[in-house]
Amino acid sequence: MIYLQLFYEFFITGLFMFGGGLAAIPFLQQMGEKTGWFTTTQLMDMIAVSEATPGPIGVNMATYAGYTVAGIPGGIIATVGIIMPSIIISLIIARLLVKFKENPLVQSALYGLRPASLGLIAAAGMTVLCLVLFGIELRYMTEYHLFLLDIRTFIFAVVLFIVTNIYKKAHPVIFLALSAFVGIFLF
Amino acid sequence: MYLKLLLSFSYIGAFTFGGGYSMLPMFQRVLVDKNKWLTEEEMTDLFSIGQCLPGIIAANTAVFVGYKNKGITGGAIAAFGVALPSLIVIMLIAAFLSNFADLPVVQSAFAGLRICVCVLILNAVFKLRKHSVVDLPAALIFSVVFILSVYMFLPVAAIVAIAGVCGVLIIFLRKKTGPKGEDPPDNSEVDSNPSDDNNTSDVNNGSDNNNTSDGGNAS
Repeated sequence: MIYLQLFYEFFITGLFMFGGGLAAIPFLQQMGEKTGWFTTTQLMDMIAVSEATPGPIGVNMATYAGYTVAGIPGGIIATVGIIMPSIIISLIIARLLVKFKENPLVQSALYGLRPASLGLIAAAGMTVLCLVLFGIELRYMTEYHLFLLDIRTFIFAVVLFIVTNIYKKAHPVIFLALSAFVGIFLF
Repeated sequence: MYLKLLLSFSYIGAFTFGGGYSMLPMFQRVLVDKNKWLTEEEMTDLFSIGQCLPGIIAANTAVFVGYKNKGITGGAIAAFGVALPSLIVIMLIAAFLSNFADLPVVQSAFAGLRICVCVLILNAVFKLRKHSVVDLPAALIFSVVFILSVYMFLPVAAIVAIAGVCGVLIIFLRKKTGPKGEDPPDNSEVDSNPSDDNNTSDVNNGSDNNNTSDGGNAS
């Protein structure tokens, strides 16, 4: 039964995620919260591995999350689940085509979808940032929690933010490798 | 032919890091230069359509190319081809890591990685901001979605669906309320949003106007 639920959750994710891999994060976060399959911290580890390994980030995350939930069959089912909407929708569009992208209805829907997708990713980003810095998710934050700030983490985050914005062209894998290395000595 | 399709797309999946735009050069190398399945222009077009659709962009693009060559089966095979390397590599890593997850070294490394993940996500948000939040109504959608999502008031899928409908409504209303000139509402929004880069806003609003007027003629 868990396989069916797994497929359903990832199918919905694939069906509603707009704008590539990172857009899957808010879905996975809510999925973990709702089902108890994995914690947000576990999700962050999955994101780290997914960004540092080849292949589409969305597929990587689905495989990892599925594997975490239900082993090898889980990994396969989650992966199939997340790419299934792509296959169905793209095949329909490929048959109908050709002026899909120029369609005014599609354009106006995207006008709303783009900022929404970004808002979702931003919310997920801030949530995990608070989790890392204060040890608590953004929505549970109160003024009191500000005192829980982990100074070492904060300094490292600021340095990393500056460095990544100086070397914008550098590949994220480099920063991930660097962070893992620094992490070993820092924490 | 099916096998070649599967292998070509597996190759793309196995040798691209980081999804999104960074995959386009690999698509071009394998599909345009090596196999000559489509022209460079077609490739760019399909890739940009793939980005407008929901789901994994690489899989969307793969389906288009597979369908063009070998019909529905080809499309499905191409999509599975892209996902296949992830499936194998990630499960190997996950199995490996689950054995070493308790080691202090691994935990420290992941403590560092988590910080990096936060920074990378937020950097991506800053980078996409100009492209997504083009004017005031879009900024409003962004803010409302942000709050709804942080406090998990609604399922993410519902938020996305509502935002799509809102986009259609906003563009529709803009078309209705702006009949006096060509594009007064959009220009006023650009003026009231001085923080935006002027060039980008103009380009985005220009394309919006085109679409709005197209829609007006159609309906």
